[in-house]
Amino acid sequence: MIWLGVLLTSAGCYLLKLVGLSVPAHVLERPAVRRTAELLPVALLAALVGVGTLVTGSHLRIDARAAGVGAAAVALLLRAPFLVVILTAVVVAAGLRLV
Amino acid sequence: MLRNAAGIGAAVGAYGISFGAVAVAAGLSVPQACALSALAFTGASQFAFVGVVAAGGSPLAGVATALLLGSRNTLYGLRLSRLLNVRGARRLLAAHVVIDETTAMAVARTSPAESRLAFWATAASVFSLWNLATLLGAAGARAVGDPRALGLDAAVPAAFLGLLWPRLAAGGGSRAVAVAGAAVAVLTSLILPAGVPVLLAALVAIRLRERT
Repeated sequence: MIWLGVLLTSAGCYLLKLVGLSVPAHVLERPAVRRTAELLPVALLAALVGVGTLVTGSHLRIDARAAGVGAAAVALLLRAPFLVVILTAVVVAAGLRLV
Repeated sequence: MLRNAAGIGAAVGAYGISFGAVAVAAGLSVPQACALSALAFTGASQFAFVGVVAAGGSPLAGVATALLLGSRNTLYGLRLSRLLNVRGARRLLAAHVVIDETTAMAVARTSPAESRLAFWATAASVFSLWNLATLLGAAGARAVGDPRALGLDAAVPAAFLGLLWPRLAAGGGSRAVAVAGAAVAVLTSLILPAGVPVLLAALVAIRLRERT
């Protein structure tokens, strides 16, 4: 089932790229389409942050994982590079589970 | 320009290591993580797929989320098609590497010839480092064992936060959309199966678009 998802994601992502290179520009270049394309990643990524941080199964849970993501936000505020942000989250979450 | 392309490749390497590790922590095998990087080759969508799977969502919900995120590459393709002017087999190859980084490098150039060089140089650099880094991250995470004890479950949302951050600075109502998207997804997670709430958040972007 995961392999199916991997292959469908791959095929779909490729087709989305190919369509952009292949259709005449005016077909999709309307302000409403452009605006949606800008905001869609924002809404989806924020949703993934929220669910990944606070939800376990179908329950809200604030635990070491949420603390790790909070620490990652601090790292981002301090303009840390991507890998440092991730490592901050990992180290804080793992550290809290040890104590 | 070539130095820029190499610099972007290095940054992408760090990001790829994170992806490989996060994918394995989400339950993918090392070959599955590597296949996504080679075949899907668009970071945010790959993270989205593994994020939904990590949360216990169905792989098909992961596919839907990944494709919604991947739709921005269509708009990149529209901007690039005039610059690159590719036909036939070259277009099929170029399409695979239409992503954030190659688009940013190509559109920043002043002449079409420079744009084409920037596009292909960035593509070669990012593609090779992204795939190598994915393998290293995935194999490394496989070697170290229990992902939760290592805090790798926090790496998934932290990666999304890192991808979201620069988009929040863009203004134009993006912060309101982010807050609304996260709130909708978290609250509906209490009653809907995993994976579906994230897709609902996409509707928020479409609804709020008219007002901001």
